Amino acid sequence: MVSTLETRQAVEEISGEYKYGFVTDIETVKAPKGLSEEVIRFISAKKDEPAWLLDWRLKSYKKWLKMEEPDWAMLDYEKPNFQDIYYYAAPKSADDRPKSLDEVDPELLKTYEKLGISLQEQEVLSGVAVDIVFDSVSVATTFRKALKEKGVIFCSISEAARDYPALMKKYLGSVVPAADNFYATLNSAVFTDGTFVYIPKGVRCPMELSTYFRINEANTGQFERTLIIADDNSYVSYLEGCTAPMRDENQLHAAVVEIVVLDEAEVKYSTVQNWYPGDKNGVGGIYNFVTKRAACRGLNSKVSWTQVETGSAITWKYPSCILQGDGSVGEFYSVAITNNYQQADTGTKMIHIGKNTSSTIISKGISAGKAQNIYRGLVKVMPNAENTRNFTQCDSLLIGDECGAHTVPYIEAKNPTSQIEHEATTSKISDEQLFYCLQRGLDVEESVSLIVNGFCKEVMQQLPMEFAVEAQKLLGISLEGSVG
Amino acid sequence: MLEIKNLHVEVGGQKILKGLNLTINDGEVHAIMGPNGAGKSTLSYAICGKPGYEITDGSVTFKGKNFLELEASERAGEGVFLGFQYPVEIPGVSNINFLRAAINSVRKYRNEGEMAAGDFLKLIRSKAAELEMDPEMLKRAVNVGFSGGEKKRNEMVQMSMLDPILAVLDETDSGLDIDALRIVADGINRMRCPEKSILVITHYQRLLDYVVPDFVHVLANGKIVKSGDKTLAIRLEKEGYAGLGIEENAA
Repeated sequence: MVSTLETRQAVEEISGEYKYGFVTDIETVKAPKGLSEEVIRFISAKKDEPAWLLDWRLKSYKKWLKMEEPDWAMLDYEKPNFQDIYYYAAPKSADDRPKSLDEVDPELLKTYEKLGISLQEQEVLSGVAVDIVFDSVSVATTFRKALKEKGVIFCSISEAARDYPALMKKYLGSVVPAADNFYATLNSAVFTDGTFVYIPKGVRCPMELSTYFRINEANTGQFERTLIIADDNSYVSYLEGCTAPMRDENQLHAAVVEIVVLDEAEVKYSTVQNWYPGDKNGVGGIYNFVTKRAACRGLNSKVSWTQVETGSAITWKYPSCILQGDGSVGEFYSVAITNNYQQADTGTKMIHIGKNTSSTIISKGISAGKAQNIYRGLVKVMPNAENTRNFTQCDSLLIGDECGAHTVPYIEAKNPTSQIEHEATTSKISDEQLFYCLQRGLDVEESVSLIVNGFCKEVMQQLPMEFAVEAQKLLGISLEGSVG
Repeated sequence: MLEIKNLHVEVGGQKILKGLNLTINDGEVHAIMGPNGAGKSTLSYAICGKPGYEITDGSVTFKGKNFLELEASERAGEGVFLGFQYPVEIPGVSNINFLRAAINSVRKYRNEGEMAAGDFLKLIRSKAAELEMDPEMLKRAVNVGFSGGEKKRNEMVQMSMLDPILAVLDETDSGLDIDALRIVADGINRMRCPEKSILVITHYQRLLDYVVPDFVHVLANGKIVKSGDKTLAIRLEKEGYAGLGIEENAA
């Protein structure tokens, strides 16, 4: 493969130039700090990518250079310095891809155990196949065999670029185009890893697919790219969960998730996001600028987003549904918790294009401390979308009197047969509720956790069992110290 | 069991209780009556440690412990239960989950292990049956959409589950029809035993026909102005507070 040789040569040249720029302490290999065409070539070469993908990256990079960072969100933060970020960091052991858990660096496994993610346990107990992204490179993939028997492809996106070029070429960037928005374009240029899922026609994926993302290296931007394709009459439930260790510097995270749903297929995508939110004074924390979008392309396609957002200093995220196929269904269930100085501007977009399409939006925002929580949602009905329906419910819960909750719904209906409903409420945890719980023996934290979990119930019950318990605990933990 | 001495309580800078004394011994049932605004609910909140109720003087001792040093949840752990006059709604939290969390918190406070799920379910079903509560209501969110009577009955289910040493019942009889009143009174009477005590706060004599108190106190203007046996309640009902020379001080 000539192209690969070329890129390798290119990298060798850069390597000479950046001889002392590479941080190779302990077990990590990093690209030099900052963003340039050379760094993109380096990443592509590291991943052994085909030429078309490198081209795609470089084109995206050129577009990105001409774009400006958006500032319409109700967010207040210091704009990242894109030349002060590492765009590639991988555990060294990834060079020799482990064939089983026994071959995985025991230090990595220890870290996962601390996070309560015991791979061995997960394999045995829950039957969940796990594709772990640790600093950008998948180091362990399990249950691939069982999936392979069904024809399900579940691998890292780098592997997919090498092994399934036809699918990748057809669908990569087909839902979120390379030049979609500032951060999505940045991701298209520098994405380092992520997950690829393909469910073949008529297959119901035999297990929940799960990826645990984790950011470890200081100052390493994370640019995952996820592509899920559900072919005709297939079904898959995908879980994404994240944790990150304490950090002082802001870390940029700009992921892209693309989902393609074909005739009569269904994808359920659940997220528990628990990245470091910064300390009580608003120092540090992750910048979470994510583009997630699903295209329901077939007849009666269905996609369901469920998210529990408790972490990150800043969340900027609108998992959306393009309801193109007639009769397709989009759902968005969201819990967003902000405490201390956290800011979240999140919601969804439901674009009704096909006839008889329907969408449901249930959003629960909880604000505590000095945090700001914004629901921003778009419901758009195109002229030919006959008989579409949307139901939106946005509830906000305030804890204390220094936080804020805002609801910004955009509704554009261009077809008179559409039915759109929007309900919104704002409430506070009352002293009476709190005392009632305290008097029954619950302490303040337990009481808040109970009341908040009750408030979020409609969303929490959408989560798969594997996630529900963990997520319930998270709600309580995220609000620790918010009352009393 | 409970000893209250010279209790002064302020709420939002307003003096509500002004030197209240009350002693409740093991196994006794006390009733507190009094005009509106006398401080009856304030007394119940002060005993249970509601935030915002400032104790400016006096003491509250429970089983030899200085209660004023304990948080509300710790007081519950010590075995004090408050039946609320207006039980609050907690949307999305089922009665079963709420009580399970409460019982396990109390057990944790007492260094006991969690109650097994099976035992808990058996217990709650039997308690609901005793109080003639539809078991379906246990699955519903705490007090959401409950009628006044259902809320009070729910308080009694909670009380019998939490099995307190001292129950303070704030107008548990209000909003109950006569059948519900009998069922709730039976629930209270089941709790009576030589080790446990009950403080009933009520406006009306009728509950005391079912739950016969050992002592009746009249609370007015922040103090207990008269104490007696059950006949005092009957006299009050007949003659009114004015008949006993007590000023109505509706605040």
